[in-house]
Amino acid sequence: MSGGTHLENANPVIFQRTGERLQTATEEDEDFHDPIDDREIFDMIRSINDPEHPLSLEELNVVEQIRVKVNDAESIVGIEFTPTIPHCSMATLIGLSIKVKLLRSLPNRFKIDVHITPGTHASEDAVNKQLADKERVAAALENSSLLEVVNQCLSTKSS
Amino acid sequence: MKEGLSLVQKLSGHPDSRCWFVSWSPNGTLLASCGGDKTIRIWGREGESWVCKSVLEDGHQRTVRKVSWSPCGNYLASASFDATTSIWKKKDNQDFESLTVLEGHENEVKCVAWAPSGNLLATCSRDKSVWVWEVDEEDEYECVTVLNSHTQDVKHVVWHPTQELLASASYDNNICLYKEDDDDWECRATLQGHTSTVWGLSFDAAGQRLASCSDDRSVKIWKDYSSGSGAGGDLSWKCVCTLSGFHGRTVYDVAWCRLTGALATACGDDGVRVFKEDETSDPDQPVFSLSAQVTKAHNQDVNCVNWNPKEAGLLASCSDDGEIAIWRFQEED
Repeated sequence: MSGGTHLENANPVIFQRTGERLQTATEEDEDFHDPIDDREIFDMIRSINDPEHPLSLEELNVVEQIRVKVNDAESIVGIEFTPTIPHCSMATLIGLSIKVKLLRSLPNRFKIDVHITPGTHASEDAVNKQLADKERVAAALENSSLLEVVNQCLSTKSS
Repeated sequence: MKEGLSLVQKLSGHPDSRCWFVSWSPNGTLLASCGGDKTIRIWGREGESWVCKSVLEDGHQRTVRKVSWSPCGNYLASASFDATTSIWKKKDNQDFESLTVLEGHENEVKCVAWAPSGNLLATCSRDKSVWVWEVDEEDEYECVTVLNSHTQDVKHVVWHPTQELLASASYDNNICLYKEDDDDWECRATLQGHTSTVWGLSFDAAGQRLASCSDDRSVKIWKDYSSGSGAGGDLSWKCVCTLSGFHGRTVYDVAWCRLTGALATACGDDGVRVFKEDETSDPDQPVFSLSAQVTKAHNQDVNCVNWNPKEAGLLASCSDDGEIAIWRFQEED
């Protein structure tokens, strides 16, 4: 690599974004208890920006709706995300961004588990353990420079 | 009377924040709490209810993770993510003044614990080290040793109830036991068995057993099998019981009541549980059974449980929702 900042994965495969979700009549009915489903969770995380590319996690296929599991009755959300390359040094940051986005968006009764898709990253266990440690997540979010990077990933893109 | 945990009171401990830890004063009259709002609060009883007596602000720049009372009850130590440990001195009223700030850890201090003699203090940090500090009559604190036996973040430190024996729990899944020999503190035993981060430790009243709790959703009981009392020898502690299948998520804390022998746990599944030992069981293979549980004790993760040291059965817990709960554990007559 010569000069400048180099990307770890310079030419990622880009995937098509899914369309907007259609609102159903019962969803607009305030009196109807409407459980949170996989698609709603996916909508919360699909537009998160990749820390490296001007693309969303959905466009890079880092997050997919089939890797979102929600159990509304038990208040559990499980997400698996897939780094674009097995040595991606941004994996922890991406996982942290997903976790923060869901912590900010979901009612606090939810337990949120964010993991790497099994077999897709060299340091899978270490990253998973770090993301599951709420004390380390809390301490990381008190670090203003790290919080700024996370907020950049979560900011809505100006097009 | 039926067994069970009944709620005495809920306190809005650290509103809009997380309450990380609660600790009763040695005489059981005050409860100190700390949290993500960077404050320490002191709670006391007024008539039938518990009220906030004082708020210790401006001591820390970041989350206050744990607090520890000195055995005399006149000092409070607080460990913070700001990498410092503060020592507070109690004034005539219920208020506290900042006495000194202990610096040295590279990053977040996760725990602080006062030794039973009151002359030693231990701290641990994400920097993987455990420090032992000596306290003299002039309230001067000097670091006497830095122990680097863990390979990861050290989550908790606790002293033996009567001896100068220190235990630490870590993100490296291990527990280390340290003793002093010839002015030198050394790790004398490493307890391996948990398969993920060990979050909490508690000795029983006699100090012959240690309970540990972990992200692997289990609680383990370790027993002292060290031969003789020679200062130089290695310690031998063995796991004699594992409580698994009771907790739905990470077990963040475990507390052994020094008065009743009941074992309480704080869990990430929002539950508080109390286990009792079957008195007829073999001491080398003790049997603990679930005696009481409140599955939705709090609205979010329960971070800490602490038994009142003087009033048997009085238990405090606290949660990510910022609340503190006071419970009464009632045993069958």
